[in-house]
Amino acid sequence: MSQPFRLNKEGLINRNKKISFTFNGKKLFGYEGDTIASALIANGIHLVGRSFKYHRPRGFFGAGVEEPNAKLQVEFNGHSEPNVNATEMELVEGLSATSQNCWPSVNFDIGAINNFLKMFFPAGFYYKTFMWPKSFWYKIYEPFIRKAAGLGVASIEKDKERYEHKFEYCDLLVTGSGPSGLASAYAAAKNGAKVILAEDKPRFGGTLLTDDVSIDNLSGKDWAEKIISELKSMPNVTVKNRSQVFGYYDHNMLVMFERVSDHLEKKSKFTPRQRLWYIRAKETILSTGSIERPIVFGNNDTPGIFLSAAAKEYMKVYGVLVGKKPLIFTNNDSAYETALEFKKNNVEPIILDTREEHSSELIDEAKSKGIDIRFSHGVIVANGYKKVKSAKIGKLNKDKNSFEKIETVDCDCICVSGFWTPSVHLASQSGNKLKYEEKIDAFIPDKKKQHETSVGAANGSFTLEESLKNGFENGSNLSAKITDTKTEIAIPNVNEKKYGAHDKFWCMPLPKNENPKRFVDFQNDVSVSDIEIALREGYRSIEHVKRYTTLGMATDQGRTSNLNGLQLVSNIENKIVPEVGHTTFRPPFTPITIGTIVGREVGMEYMPTRKTPMHEWHEKNNAVFVDAGAWKRPRYYKLGSETLFEASKREAKNVRENVGICDVTTLGKIDIKGPDAAEFLNRVYTNAWMKLPVGKARYGLMLREDGIVMDDGTTTRISENHYHMTTTTAQAANVLSHLEYYLQIVWPELNVNVVSTTEQWAGAAIAGPKSRDMLSKLYPDLDVSNEALPFMGYKEAEFFGVPSRIFRISFSGELAYEINVKSDHGMFMWEKMMEVGKDFGNQPYGTEALSTLRIEMGHVAGPELDGRTIPSDVSLNGLVSKKKDFIGKNSLGREAFNVESRQKIVGLIPIDRKSSIPEGSHIVQDQNAKLPNPKLGHVSSSCWSVENNNPFSLAIMKDGKNMIGKKFFAVSPLKNKTIEVEVISSHYVDPEGKRVRS
Amino acid sequence: MLYIKCPYCGLRAQKEFSYGGDATVKRPNINEEVPSEDWDNFVYMRKSPRGKHIELWQHIAGCRQWIKVQRDTATHEIFQTAKVTEEIR
Repeated sequence: MSQPFRLNKEGLINRNKKISFTFNGKKLFGYEGDTIASALIANGIHLVGRSFKYHRPRGFFGAGVEEPNAKLQVEFNGHSEPNVNATEMELVEGLSATSQNCWPSVNFDIGAINNFLKMFFPAGFYYKTFMWPKSFWYKIYEPFIRKAAGLGVASIEKDKERYEHKFEYCDLLVTGSGPSGLASAYAAAKNGAKVILAEDKPRFGGTLLTDDVSIDNLSGKDWAEKIISELKSMPNVTVKNRSQVFGYYDHNMLVMFERVSDHLEKKSKFTPRQRLWYIRAKETILSTGSIERPIVFGNNDTPGIFLSAAAKEYMKVYGVLVGKKPLIFTNNDSAYETALEFKKNNVEPIILDTREEHSSELIDEAKSKGIDIRFSHGVIVANGYKKVKSAKIGKLNKDKNSFEKIETVDCDCICVSGFWTPSVHLASQSGNKLKYEEKIDAFIPDKKKQHETSVGAANGSFTLEESLKNGFENGSNLSAKITDTKTEIAIPNVNEKKYGAHDKFWCMPLPKNENPKRFVDFQNDVSVSDIEIALREGYRSIEHVKRYTTLGMATDQGRTSNLNGLQLVSNIENKIVPEVGHTTFRPPFTPITIGTIVGREVGMEYMPTRKTPMHEWHEKNNAVFVDAGAWKRPRYYKLGSETLFEASKREAKNVRENVGICDVTTLGKIDIKGPDAAEFLNRVYTNAWMKLPVGKARYGLMLREDGIVMDDGTTTRISENHYHMTTTTAQAANVLSHLEYYLQIVWPELNVNVVSTTEQWAGAAIAGPKSRDMLSKLYPDLDVSNEALPFMGYKEAEFFGVPSRIFRISFSGELAYEINVKSDHGMFMWEKMMEVGKDFGNQPYGTEALSTLRIEMGHVAGPELDGRTIPSDVSLNGLVSKKKDFIGKNSLGREAFNVESRQKIVGLIPIDRKSSIPEGSHIVQDQNAKLPNPKLGHVSSSCWSVENNNPFSLAIMKDGKNMIGKKFFAVSPLKNKTIEVEVISSHYVDPEGKRVRS
Repeated sequence: MLYIKCPYCGLRAQKEFSYGGDATVKRPNINEEVPSEDWDNFVYMRKSPRGKHIELWQHIAGCRQWIKVQRDTATHEIFQTAKVTEEIR
């Protein structure tokens, strides 16, 4: 098992540890420290995928985040993940990678027919062609195109991994550990600042790992190691590799994606797979470096064509040759370093330099080593389908728009360099308006928008000396402002090669009658001709050109294509690049997993679960729970094989005939105290509150300022200046905020305090004709007669030795009480009630029976108080005082609230007395009327009336009060049901309310 | 995510707060006759400015106090925060 393209000793990989993996089913091996890409290249494999639109063969182009082509479906540690960047993913034992976007295989892909039909697939082809007939789009065209395009396949398995979120604060966040980042972090750390240094790659050092430089007589790599180990030893510094800061949000909030354990073979079950960091930094150093951009030429997407810096990285970091007969195609000096590296490894490169013959330190060195350099030359077109075999190269004339000489040379790889583009995404996300720097033909950050400071190559400084100086100065100055300490640091001596000027050349011309595809954007198959078409068709704004051609979209965000695209537009439009502008940079910089975004908030941890103190009893007694906000409430208690319908009917019937108990702990409870409490309640509620005596409860109705009912509930006067308010379960939090708003902002002169006591009290309702008998057994020493404890009465008494509150209030419409004890005593209370209740036929009842009881009584709840009803709509105008002012009163005078035919609550029964009416049904006059059939109202709540043994519903109906006795249809398209109904009073049972007072 | 300085608790993440609308709206006095136009303006009419806006936030997951925040609606820059009893100029 030899690796034909692996060098003998170069590289930072661990040659002592072999790692086996498969690619498209083939067994291969690499070494610890390899990426999938470096291991495949070492094995001589370059064809890894097919392009998005034309299904052209594609290989690797970069060595990191810039990679546009090599996206694989990767299976490892029990995951299957699509669109994994082969140049970033580290090799782990047993990993299995497969090519995407090809069928039946990457070697023989049927979709490649598109490539031969490419004249039929220009930009906007799909928009133009599949317009007609319109109905074909969803059913035929779109699914077909989707299948033909598409990238990888998302897994449908449940993700068993653990993902975490972390919140962190620091003085200085440094994003990138190249020379400027290391210098910044070091200077700030020496000033005592709390520093986080984040590096996207597994290895720290950035370009120091690959550039032939020395700092204080150490190699770049050794200097980086020295600084990192010193930083790691400092308590005020956090150093993180495999961690990418991918988003810069408001108020200096940055988000970092840490790949914690994907590279590990074994890990503990508590080790997360990935971690999302929310970092609030006082200052941010953006040392994100730069990315090499290509020069555009014919068939420049053929496998075997690399960015020149990537080729160098494969040699220096992974000990891998991208080819053994390289052509180096460049417009600047940096590619000469790649050529020299090839030469060092006994490979003879040919350099094609678009510049005219001249001299510089690097050119002279290459010449002295005997490297074949051809000035004013460039690659016109690459030959070879699945791998570069040769290249047609040309000598450019003085204007560089035609050729003096054309020839073909053999090669097995082409390393291209079109100069460097600063990575300005984070600065741009922070709101920084970028500026165009003529000197480097690229955008760099302009004036600071938040606290972002770009240094080094990310700021357009391409020399080591400048980057280090930049880093030390900014790191020191920014941190000194925070820590008030300034430690002097000597700027190290640097030895680096001087680069000559680059050539502002980015696209090779074509000889007459030749028309190969020249790609600008590999990932989206956008070629020069596509952009030309977009402009010919009238697209001008760069944002529109982007959307029409898809230039710079998708997972690589145009890292290697944006600037060349802009150059092209600016050439055709005869504008300078800064006038063309640039498209928006958006987070995340590279794709991150959904699992990381979600973190631990999945399943049971999606949101907190609130349980009442009696929850365990409910569980033990076969309660089926329902979610009420975050609360779990028993919906019904299942006996044997009972259905929901049977159980709720049994429970409700038992309340009407005997007695039942219900856990009402979830009701919102608010403690109100202060000398102005009565006045406050009088303003908050629509009814009068000034004369409520101590020891009495009152039902109250609350409006919003627009006159719509907000909430209802009872409030009890516990003592002179102390009230106990209850709210509905759903509105508890809103009502508290509402009360606080009025007390803090509108009427601060009122001396009142409010606090939520929902969780301090456990509550149980005892309802039914036998509830008083049961109560007297629960409180043997207390007079619970109708005279001593009348309807809306209140008493405090000991419940088998624990303090309790007794409210005589009723939601079910029966004679009923509510007992509150401290939460800790909730279970004790409930079990005592079950024990004592045996003699009275007591049964627990859930929310379904509770609803049945209140619906047939005509008591309104959430479905009626739905944010659209005023008091008279729900027949509660009796509670609206005419004598005093209250929140929302002025709105009740509005014209629309007072029209004769205003909506009102009514009752509905089916004519056949059998068919239940679906909630949400619309009420119409004529079921066969032409659509849109005028809607007269809607069904808000439905139940099976246990009292009358037939279905009954509440509805809000237009002109409801004049509809009693009339017949309509309740239509539910959702349930596909139409039921003939008769309108009756909403008070179906005990309309005079005798029972609650009995 | 915004970073809001609660005048009672200090700098806290936006997660802890809930938004409460325009802070310059003044409710007509209770028990006073209000012309219906004034009332309608109070209930329904709100400006939607681009730029500086004085608004209410409640520190619901903290001290539960309502506070005033002067914020740029376009850039999210926060210029000043204050107790509701204090003025923002």
